Amino acid sequence: MSGSIRHLYVHLPFCAHRCGYCDFVTVVGRPGQHAAYVDGLLAELALERELLAPELETIFLGGGTPTFTQPRELERLLTTLPPATEVTVEANPETVTPALAALLRRNGVDRISLGAQSFQPRLLAVLDRVAGPDDVRRAFYHLGDAGFDNISLDLIYGIPGQRPSDLDADIGEALALRPEHLSCYELEAKPGTRFTHAHGAELHRQAEAMEDYFERVVQTLLGAGYRWYETANFCRVDPRGRDLRSRHNLAYWRGRDYLGLGIGAVSTVSGERWRTTPRLGPYLAAVGAGRRPLREIEPLPDSVQREERVMLGLRLDEPLPLEAVATSLDPGALARLERLGLARRVLGEGEAPAGADAGAVTLTTRGRLLGDGVTADLLA
Amino acid sequence: MDLDHIRNFSIIAHIDHGKSTLADRILELTKTVSGRDMRAQVLDTMELERERGITIKAQAVRVSWKAHELNLIDTPGHVDFTYEVSRSLQACEGAVLVVDAAQGVEAQTVANAYLAIENNLEIVPVVNKIDLPQADPDGAAAELAELVGGKPEDVLRISAKTGDGVAEVLDAIVERIPMPAGLVSSKAPPRALVFDSSYDQYRGVVAFVRVVDGSFAAREPLRAMAQGTRFEAEEAGFFAPTMKAADTLGAGEVGYVITGLKDVSRLRVGDTLTSERRPAAEPLPGYKDVKPMVFAGLFPTDSDDYPDLRDALERLKLNDAALFYEPETSQALGFGFRCGFLGLLHMEIVRERLEREFDLDLLVTAPNVAYRVLERNGDWLEVHNPAEMPRELDAVEEPYIRASIIVPKSYVGPVMELNNERRGRFDHMEYLSPERVLLAYELPLAEIVLDYYDQLKSRTRGYASFDYDVAGFREGQLARVDILIADEPVDALSMIVHREAAYSRGKALVERLRQEIPRQFFDVPVQAAIGSRVIARETVKAKRKDVLAKCYGGDITRKRKLLEKQKAGKRRMKQVGAVEVPQEAFLAVLNLNDGGKK
Repeated sequence: MSGSIRHLYVHLPFCAHRCGYCDFVTVVGRPGQHAAYVDGLLAELALERELLAPELETIFLGGGTPTFTQPRELERLLTTLPPATEVTVEANPETVTPALAALLRRNGVDRISLGAQSFQPRLLAVLDRVAGPDDVRRAFYHLGDAGFDNISLDLIYGIPGQRPSDLDADIGEALALRPEHLSCYELEAKPGTRFTHAHGAELHRQAEAMEDYFERVVQTLLGAGYRWYETANFCRVDPRGRDLRSRHNLAYWRGRDYLGLGIGAVSTVSGERWRTTPRLGPYLAAVGAGRRPLREIEPLPDSVQREERVMLGLRLDEPLPLEAVATSLDPGALARLERLGLARRVLGEGEAPAGADAGAVTLTTRGRLLGDGVTADLLA
Repeated sequence: MDLDHIRNFSIIAHIDHGKSTLADRILELTKTVSGRDMRAQVLDTMELERERGITIKAQAVRVSWKAHELNLIDTPGHVDFTYEVSRSLQACEGAVLVVDAAQGVEAQTVANAYLAIENNLEIVPVVNKIDLPQADPDGAAAELAELVGGKPEDVLRISAKTGDGVAEVLDAIVERIPMPAGLVSSKAPPRALVFDSSYDQYRGVVAFVRVVDGSFAAREPLRAMAQGTRFEAEEAGFFAPTMKAADTLGAGEVGYVITGLKDVSRLRVGDTLTSERRPAAEPLPGYKDVKPMVFAGLFPTDSDDYPDLRDALERLKLNDAALFYEPETSQALGFGFRCGFLGLLHMEIVRERLEREFDLDLLVTAPNVAYRVLERNGDWLEVHNPAEMPRELDAVEEPYIRASIIVPKSYVGPVMELNNERRGRFDHMEYLSPERVLLAYELPLAEIVLDYYDQLKSRTRGYASFDYDVAGFREGQLARVDILIADEPVDALSMIVHREAAYSRGKALVERLRQEIPRQFFDVPVQAAIGSRVIARETVKAKRKDVLAKCYGGDITRKRKLLEKQKAGKRRMKQVGAVEVPQEAFLAVLNLNDGGKK
């Protein structure tokens, strides 16, 4: 008996240290627990096995710093996970050695997401990042040498003290590496974090400049021939015709079900979402005893699922079919947003414009820059 | 009781100078209230009355002193009720004028003294609180004697708190205040002055009356001469201090008549009661139809409370004939009422009662005064709401007041400066004592309703006392300033201002609005305009980015909750054309309009 989930997320929480801006579930150091944790993951996988389809489409190993996990344990995990069409691993530049690159490659990993964040030592220091700009470049070449031809770079903008010229330099450095994929995030300072405490005033001061920064990132990458396929994600248009979008992340944005393993991991399965306990001890104790770990469960009624479809779907550059979500939309809002040049109604062949659920909706460039507000408007 | 054994008097005083305490001591000393029942300030405050289950306010209490019947008539304590005070005083032959020995004569003392003198009352000057360590009884007595034109040695010195000297006050009332006289005749057709009224939910309107001619008894068909209201007296009587029915109320006496009327507005203060069977030919002089002078929009913060606000106003109106209200709809603030008040204090009282007694959360627009506008056809139109004012004006009149301000002489400069800023016209100045000065000014009422009192207090470190009465309408160089958001005029923000102030007020307002209006998907011009002429303009620049960067499997719920919050925020916004404006923006601007005070 097997299920229908085709997307698997595996959380590897271990890090060498914690970066100030990070709000992921992380565990610093603890090399002695890596093996136990991998055991835990595999035990949890066994518990949830029947949810998974026989063939997985994507696996994503996120963190934490997955590549900080002891190589033996990482390899044991990769060899035991079921095969998938796309297997992505997040890596921090300083952890990428030729040996590690080879380990990933020989265990079926075909996509790397490299956390570069910036190429300015000064700004990397603000973020508490260990890797320097040369580490990024070196990691990139090691990966290339090991045969990786689908590498994504993460960049962060809006770092306290970042000038427009710094941003231009970062994008320039990133483009020089010709990555297949780029994720560009505005730094989010979560209230109450040590980072916000330290840099809140500066972030507040530069809030207005951030509008420029986002536009600048989008315009520069579009100019360099990248496809802005999701609010924060860009991919190269591949001459060989490969689709270089992140298939795993596309699954989230298209509202597919997914299973998440590990502490703090989130799963969405058949109208229900759960988040596993972020605490390592209780997690290991439960899965070690063959029990499901403590989970925070959130039911997702149809209306909420529709709302999320709109919210996520409008982040993409592909039109969102109205048919499935029309009942959740404000009928006047779409027309209003079209008048403001923020959204567009796309009609298929032979479709009459009359019905509220006919065709699909897509946002214009400006509409995408204003995506949250536009979505709030559009939802009834 | 023989007329020559009756004395009708009021106690008048500046606020906190001890009027209520003196009244309490008098009730005690005359054994009207036994020691056991004695509660502080028996005559005062609605709250206390409610606690005690008395719904009818004792406006006139009958006490006995050395074989005399003394009627103590209460007066409302503030400038806004000058007319009511004057009617109460007309029901008396004398007044006890109380001054705090530490404070001396204050503006309200002067205003009240003048009112009493205008009404030909015999004044019994009293310096109170002589027991206070900082008391200066001689100084206060000298000021008081100067004010009423008497001798300092005739000024009584008492402590209402300890009771010291209160018996002498009662003696002086008997000795100095004349018996009811003048028009009094027990043979003439009955006439009684209505000097106050109150509403009781079981018995209807209770009129407080001073009988001038003839007599009144229960079951008698009566008529209010000015308004023409007819009713049958269900009961007549007096307060001692609770209601005591009497067979008749005779000429010279003070008491109450239960009318059974269901609405105080049908029996206004100052009207004359007479008998239907034997009507008097002429009403008593002095009736005025008091009109509200200060207006403001009252809106429930939560639009669901609108019916509650309506009910509350209805109930207040039962007991407050001067309160005026009519429904008002504002695109910015929703459904509410435009209310008219006698003055600022009246407005404060109403607002406070609505919030405290009826538990309503209110949004009050900046108050404005009543204006008289000359229409094209030559008629004068009275306008209570800036939004109703024609955009182009030929002539407008605004109400002016006569203000008396008493300050230590070192503050004369700052007060004059303030009055000049407020378009005041100096009238005269007099020294009440070597240290204290009375400044008389004429000022537009509109300048007073804007934070004037706060300014006066702050520029004189709290030493100024202030009183005013309405002097009438005068022509003013006024303009209607409209505020437009994305070319849509916002009714609640229109204002009538002096032409010279129009630019700075308009500029301040649009600047504040620019800060308060959240950025939209498009540029939003915010303008101040007189007619079609724009006098100030700001732009709320369009938002260029409104999106959170990152959204993966673990972020979806948080992201959705943020979205729901954003959506709920939008729902709370008021729509001005295509622009979404948060209620707080209006509040901030109205507050600014109000001189920044809450």
